[in-house]
Amino acid sequence: MSNWQAVLAIAGLVLITLITRGFFILPSRDLPMPHWLREGLRYAPIGALVAVTVPDIVMTQGHLISTWRDARLVGALVAIACYAWRRDMLSTILVGTGAMLICRLGLGW
Amino acid sequence: MPATRHPLLQLIRHPAYAQGARDMVPIAVGIGAWGLVTGVAMVKGGMAVWLAVLMSLTVFAGTAQLVTAPLIVAGAPIWVIWATALCVNLRFVIFSAQWRPYLAHLPWGQRARMSFFTADLNYVLFMRRFPEARPSPEQPPYFWGGVLINAGSWHVMSLLGITLGHHIPPEWGLGFAGTAALLAMVCSMLSDRATWLPAVVAGSAAVAAYALPLRLNMLVAIAAAVAVGTAMDHLRDARSQPAP
Repeated sequence: MSNWQAVLAIAGLVLITLITRGFFILPSRDLPMPHWLREGLRYAPIGALVAVTVPDIVMTQGHLISTWRDARLVGALVAIACYAWRRDMLSTILVGTGAMLICRLGLGW
Repeated sequence: MPATRHPLLQLIRHPAYAQGARDMVPIAVGIGAWGLVTGVAMVKGGMAVWLAVLMSLTVFAGTAQLVTAPLIVAGAPIWVIWATALCVNLRFVIFSAQWRPYLAHLPWGQRARMSFFTADLNYVLFMRRFPEARPSPEQPPYFWGGVLINAGSWHVMSLLGITLGHHIPPEWGLGFAGTAALLAMVCSMLSDRATWLPAVVAGSAAVAAYALPLRLNMLVAIAAAVAVGTAMDHLRDARSQPAP
């Protein structure tokens, strides 16, 4: 791919970011949407967050992990426990990542 | 003191601006780690540094960058690159439907500027701070305060990742900090009992549908969460009404 083509591809990606994020925001008139769907979309954020997070924790190379000796699994459990205890984002992230690093670099999981 | 101050100054001095920034700070570590990993992945995949910098500063969509950077390096057809990014970004279309009632009254230019920055965590924090779908004057400053920290930490760290490139061992798996940040967000949303079941179902769906191309498993998971949540709302409504 030539430099020009790469720049064109990236320009298109910028436009795609704007169009997808602004899909219902940019039009000046309301786009029709059934009431039940409007209500149900309240559950979209939790669905999206879980969908990004869970596979990153329990899957390797597209397969469900078959062992509990996985650094990410330990890190995630420790993070959840930390959140339940302290209710604090920053310490949850740091403690969870720390636990993952200990298992990975210390125990070689 | 002049009667009319510059609008940008007014925005930054609004107390909600600082509040928006403060709410984003604890998660910024995770966003930064994610940006770092994205930067590293782009140059390690073989992308020229100037191209990686350009992409990182302009596209501002982590998953889309991670998925399309190898395609650009491999010289895939341009429509394949765009179609892939479109699929990965489809969740933002769903989010935008929720943003609309808050932003629809603003002028078009302002709406366009704001929509570009409606990334995942801006969305989650904003909806938690303003659960009622009604515009209010403190919303734009709150939004931009969050963007300052969110986009700031993302850009700084992804540039750092591009610079460090080959010096960060991938086996450390530092991207986990990003996962941990999202996990913390999930935990904070689960305080409400009505979200437990949709979350569990969405997690299972995301894993079960993982084999789908273009990360379409995310859409399956969102659809599952919406379906289960709606069904539960209906059940509860039906139960709370007296039997005929």
